[in-house]
Amino acid sequence: MSTSITGRSVIDELPDPEGRPPLTGDRASTGRWGDRLFGGAATSSGVLVIALVSLVGLFLVIQAVPSLLNNNVNFLTSTEWVPSGAQPRFGIAALLWATVITSVIAMAVAVPLGVAVALFITQYAPPWLSKPAAAIIDLLAAVPSIVYGFWGLNVAGQYFEPVQNFLNTYLGWIPLFKDVGTSAKSTLAFAGLILAIMILPIITAISREVFAQVPTAHKEGALALGATKWEMIRTAVLPFGKPGVISGAMLGLGRALGETLAIMILLSALNPNAAWSWSIFTGGETFASKIALNAGEFDSPQKTGAYIAAGLVLFILTFVVNAIARIVIERRKAFTE
Amino acid sequence: MKTTRIGQLASLAVIGSLVLAGCGSDNTSGSGSSSSPVAVDCFTGTINAEGSSAQKNAIEEAIASYGKACSGAKINYNPTGSGAGIKQFTAGQVDFAGSDSALKTTAADGGQTEAAKAEAYCGAPAWNIPMVTGPIAVAYNLKGVDKLVLTPAVAADIFAGKITAWNDPAIAAVNPGVTLPSTAIKVFFRSDESGTTENFTKYLKAAAGGKWAAEPAKKWTGAGEGKEKSAGVSEGVKSTDGGVTYVEWSYAKDNKLGVAQIDNGGGAVELTGAAVGKAVAAAKQVGTGNDLALKLDYTTKEAGAYPILLVTYEIVCSKGKDATKAKSIKAFLKHFASADVQKSLEGIGYAPLPTEVETKVLAAIDALS
Repeated sequence: MSTSITGRSVIDELPDPEGRPPLTGDRASTGRWGDRLFGGAATSSGVLVIALVSLVGLFLVIQAVPSLLNNNVNFLTSTEWVPSGAQPRFGIAALLWATVITSVIAMAVAVPLGVAVALFITQYAPPWLSKPAAAIIDLLAAVPSIVYGFWGLNVAGQYFEPVQNFLNTYLGWIPLFKDVGTSAKSTLAFAGLILAIMILPIITAISREVFAQVPTAHKEGALALGATKWEMIRTAVLPFGKPGVISGAMLGLGRALGETLAIMILLSALNPNAAWSWSIFTGGETFASKIALNAGEFDSPQKTGAYIAAGLVLFILTFVVNAIARIVIERRKAFTE
Repeated sequence: MKTTRIGQLASLAVIGSLVLAGCGSDNTSGSGSSSSPVAVDCFTGTINAEGSSAQKNAIEEAIASYGKACSGAKINYNPTGSGAGIKQFTAGQVDFAGSDSALKTTAADGGQTEAAKAEAYCGAPAWNIPMVTGPIAVAYNLKGVDKLVLTPAVAADIFAGKITAWNDPAIAAVNPGVTLPSTAIKVFFRSDESGTTENFTKYLKAAAGGKWAAEPAKKWTGAGEGKEKSAGVSEGVKSTDGGVTYVEWSYAKDNKLGVAQIDNGGGAVELTGAAVGKAVAAAKQVGTGNDLALKLDYTTKEAGAYPILLVTYEIVCSKGKDATKAKSIKAFLKHFASADVQKSLEGIGYAPLPTEVETKVLAAIDALS
């Protein structure tokens, strides 16, 4: 007789001629236990993650506050970093600048590139090419970040040098492109470019998904009205995919802000006597790279607290970025439903 | 399907065994130089030690050669840093500590001094036993210049960013007969906090006659570009014409960087094991009796002594809490200090202890109980 291995259930069973009652429960229907277990597991997973993030935030605040109270300079505007000793002086201005500028450079390169790649894959490439191309782009996300760091340092860096020299020579009068003598492969600009490669797969993957969902009716409508392929993309595909591109970009930005190892290997730290420069061709340290670099020497609670306070700023920054992405996605939902 | 599975497993196994074989051969080649049969006191059991990462390669070499002679002995060394090692030692977590500096006899922030804490834990004074000397090289990369001499004053000006080109008259003055290019000097420093930075700035402060203004510290206070750890600074110099840095000797050797000779006033001295040994021998003993805490004389003008170095101590209880453990530690340290092992360290970028210091070290180890 049938047990429910094949998925057959009591309702499939015919009455037995020998008088056995036909409808015996075999637990293949929506049994109460399975329902409860699964519901419970899902709920507790959700609660666990929320609790975890809240506790991380709480931990950061608790560890950071005593150090912040001892701080002798403005934490948000100072560029000094002397977190230990009797008179600690530390501020995050330089870290914030390096973190934000590298991420901005990464976004400026990766978003247009990622969108173009996604358009190529969904609109231009023949079917035999689009699948492998997508898979190869996704593969970029699987490369460990330390590999990007070493690749940038040992291989790609030398090719960036002429670019930097060119910008230094012809656009050096703009403070942003001023030459301050940092080696080409250790500048904020180059670190930003490497970050761009690292976030490219995220932006491409999400853009690709939304571009592929553009209703055929929109596209053919545009073409029927006499639009060229580019005009069709501009009027039908891009407006439809815009929110997806934005949320993909935000996820990429989140990764760029928090990237640690590649940045730590690439960027030259500034010496404590260096004059402040707005140039993107100088070195610096991001929140994540500074914390990682000095984690081995956290010898007093005061010092640890200072670094944790910096980590807290990164936490908040990333949180804000993700919140913006959420809002964009929510708005998108409101329009489609 | 099944065959590919098996194939994958097989290839995994092959790769695994290759990796293991790789590790194995590495270890044996590392200790091969010291494999000559010496009378080694063996013990059975485990010793745990923790501390300075500067002596990591040296103590691993000693552990490997000791393990070869005594199969029943197991010694673990955890290179977490000098401060962490001392903390663990005084808390009774490890059997001895490795440290870049001797136990401090002045209190840092109120409280007990490190030495007092260690004595309280041991129930007897703790001894600093110098074991590994690690020279710090001033490594440079300058096309066409194979031999470079620096005085402490010139070095201080270079690392403080006051001299910015290699053909500066101050450098030319101490390098007669060398054609120096006009390449810009690019200083690389350790962006992480490190004992190497501390010892190098200690040297500059002491020897450069006021040219180095900042207080010696683990964090760099001079000019230049910061790179991550020793590997980062040596890579920076290697890939930059005109680059210069301070780095452990082994890194300068491995990356084939130029190593500057240092002229402390008694003539230019090339960095060799013997030259470092001379500087260690010239150090003053500040500990009493068998406590061999040394005070290095950075300003030494002795001919042929290379003055920029750090000494790593093993910190042990003079009277062990546990008799068998004390015996084990004694046996291992004796092996570590033996001439054969010390000599083998030169191949991996350390300098052997000079004979007169080694004699004292062995005497101190003998006096452990």
